[in-house]
Amino acid sequence: MHLAYPAVLAALLFCTGLYGVLARRNAILVLMSVELMLNAVNLNLVAFDVWLRDTLHAGQALTLFTIAIAAAEIGIGLAIVLMVYRNRGTADIDRLRDTAEGHEPAPTTDAAPTADRATGAAA
Amino acid sequence: MSTTTLAVLVPLLPFLGAVAGLLLGRTAPGFVRPLALLPTLAAAALAVTVAVRQGGGKAVDAATELTPTGSVPVELALHLDGFAVLAAVLVGIVATCVQLYSTAYLREDPRYPSYAALVSLFTSAMLLVVYSGDLMVLLVGWEIMGICSYFLVGHYWETEAARSASLKAFLVTKLGDVPFLIGMFALAADAGSFRITKILGAVAAGGLDHPTLIALLLLAGVAGKSAQFPLHTWLPDAMAGPTPVSALIHAATMVAAGVYFIARLLPVFTASAAALVVMAVMAAVTMVGSALAALAQDDIKRVLAYSTIGQLGYMTGALAVADRGAAVFHLLSHGFFKALLFLGAGAVIHAAGTNSLTAMSRMGGLTRRIPDAFWTMTVALLALAALPPFAGFFSKEAVLVAAEQAAAGHSELAPTAAGWTVLTAGVLTALLTAAYATRLWLMAFRGTGEPAPDHGRQPVAMTGVLWVLAVPTVAFGLASDVIGDWFDGGQFLPTLLTSVLGTGAALLGAVLTYGLWQRASAPAPRVPAGTAATAATPGTAGTPRSGETAQVPAARPVADPGRTLLGPLHPHAAAGFHLDACYAALFVRPVQAAAGLVRFLDREVVDTYVRGAGTGTRLLGTLVRRAQTGNVQTYLSALLAGTVVLAVAVAVLANVNAGS
Repeated sequence: MHLAYPAVLAALLFCTGLYGVLARRNAILVLMSVELMLNAVNLNLVAFDVWLRDTLHAGQALTLFTIAIAAAEIGIGLAIVLMVYRNRGTADIDRLRDTAEGHEPAPTTDAAPTADRATGAAA
Repeated sequence: MSTTTLAVLVPLLPFLGAVAGLLLGRTAPGFVRPLALLPTLAAAALAVTVAVRQGGGKAVDAATELTPTGSVPVELALHLDGFAVLAAVLVGIVATCVQLYSTAYLREDPRYPSYAALVSLFTSAMLLVVYSGDLMVLLVGWEIMGICSYFLVGHYWETEAARSASLKAFLVTKLGDVPFLIGMFALAADAGSFRITKILGAVAAGGLDHPTLIALLLLAGVAGKSAQFPLHTWLPDAMAGPTPVSALIHAATMVAAGVYFIARLLPVFTASAAALVVMAVMAAVTMVGSALAALAQDDIKRVLAYSTIGQLGYMTGALAVADRGAAVFHLLSHGFFKALLFLGAGAVIHAAGTNSLTAMSRMGGLTRRIPDAFWTMTVALLALAALPPFAGFFSKEAVLVAAEQAAAGHSELAPTAAGWTVLTAGVLTALLTAAYATRLWLMAFRGTGEPAPDHGRQPVAMTGVLWVLAVPTVAFGLASDVIGDWFDGGQFLPTLLTSVLGTGAALLGAVLTYGLWQRASAPAPRVPAGTAATAATPGTAGTPRSGETAQVPAARPVADPGRTLLGPLHPHAAAGFHLDACYAALFVRPVQAAAGLVRFLDREVVDTYVRGAGTGTRLLGTLVRRAQTGNVQTYLSALLAGTVVLAVAVAVLANVNAGS
């Protein structure tokens, strides 16, 4: 099989992922897009590994490595998104702007009912 | 003990006294007075012993080299000739008198311990200068005197005048010391040694390459120390110090150091006729100018300060006609009578409660309050005016005789021009000196009006010292025919021509002043106080009034013969011929302007860069902060855009480079 097919497929996957990361509002969809990008990379690694006929199969080993790290990353990422949703009642990235310059931290009295509502909604 | 050991002890004893006085001043106040007095007294006694043993014979030389100091060795050397031993006797006696006087004069001063220690240190430094046979060691004493003078003039540092006067004295003398030091190095480089004997040997052998340059450089230092024109301006201001300090430092010893220094190294100066002429002109300007200024001063101590400058001018004049014997003879007799004048002035100021002659002339009966000061000051003023048979007459005669000899071309060393300059200025100054001495006497002791306040009898320590100093003032002239043995062997007997000239001028000045005073003060008692301002002083009506003496227009006018005598010159003379204003315009203001410029550059230019570095960074930070929106996706987009741009740039550049 010619190298162009997997390479083009990987590029398409990566671009889809990149679009998702930059444009989606929902944090879970952003995480999914990140997975797409990682898998595009994995596809490339495997394809080039085969094409180069590497006896050590470094590409395949690195792919396994990436899969493991991606699993850990998505685990932590989903946990964070879950906590954010519980606290704020939303996972919309556009509205999570606490690190913006000039952002005043919300007073705790306001935060408490929101947190209650969030936990209530989660339960 | 050998003469050398005794001579070493002479400067050492007051030095140890000063150290002990400074250390014990706070812890043991009872020891301060003995520690001030006894070492100085012992030093004076030892100095007399040394003088008797030396006896004007062959010079005693002793030297030891403590440590090798490179190319030109510096040695601890003594050179005891007739000049040195006699000058040391003067220093010892005057210092002892001043210490004794100070115990009474400053008895209630809280800073007396440090004052006495500094006077002792000063005495020790002066004795070191006098005895030293090595120029570097001499310079040490010279500079210690400078710093002691600074501290002592600033003794009453609570007052602004004393602070600025001490700074002025220090700066002006140091201004002279810079060329002095350079001249000393040049001299040592030419002669190959700092030892005075070796330098004189080199000069005699004609081994001096730049005699005029060296002599003029050294002369600058001497002008600073000995208060000669144009560096004399510090001396009248230095009267802000306590009166005994004025007597010791600014009349009898420190200012004499410069004259003494030239006397020691006179062959260096006579090697250059140009230097002698410069010295003669300097002496003449100093003499006449200071005498005119003295005639116009209101402060009794400033009158004496200007008279000191004038008498130092006589000494410099004698040196300019290459007669160091006459110079040191006048130095000795002047040291005695000027110390007496200052100490007497201290008593007068103490009794009258003021420095001002104008105020004293409105005060009656001052002579009855302080008879000792009156009689001794009268004697000293007669000596100052150089009337026979007082000491000043003989020593001034010696100077005039030397000048006359040089003017007549009898001197093989001095140029005739120098002789004529000194002789003319000397006779003119003799007239003026007698005039201001008479004026001082009349205004201080012949005042009429309210009787002086009664402060009780003055302590014996003060009055006794005056009588002690009155003895050499009267009788030192008797030494004139024997003192030549101590010096270069000349005779100092007055000749008919110069004594007639000098004494005639002095008598003329005195009589003129007295006549003017009588004329000015005669109608005063008959005219009511309010209207007397214009009517009572026909002689002074035409003269412009200076701001200083026109302080109380309603008060009874004062019979001031100096005002009439000087005429339109009076306000200028009272201001010291505006030399201070000249210096202010020439040096002080440019320096202040430069300081202002530097301050402006520092505050407004350099600091702007420093502040700008902070402000610029802060502004930049504000701009960058605006990019921080909190939206992670924006950041990532920017990151992506940056990556794309970089990748494109790399690709393009690689292609361009590959293509070229």
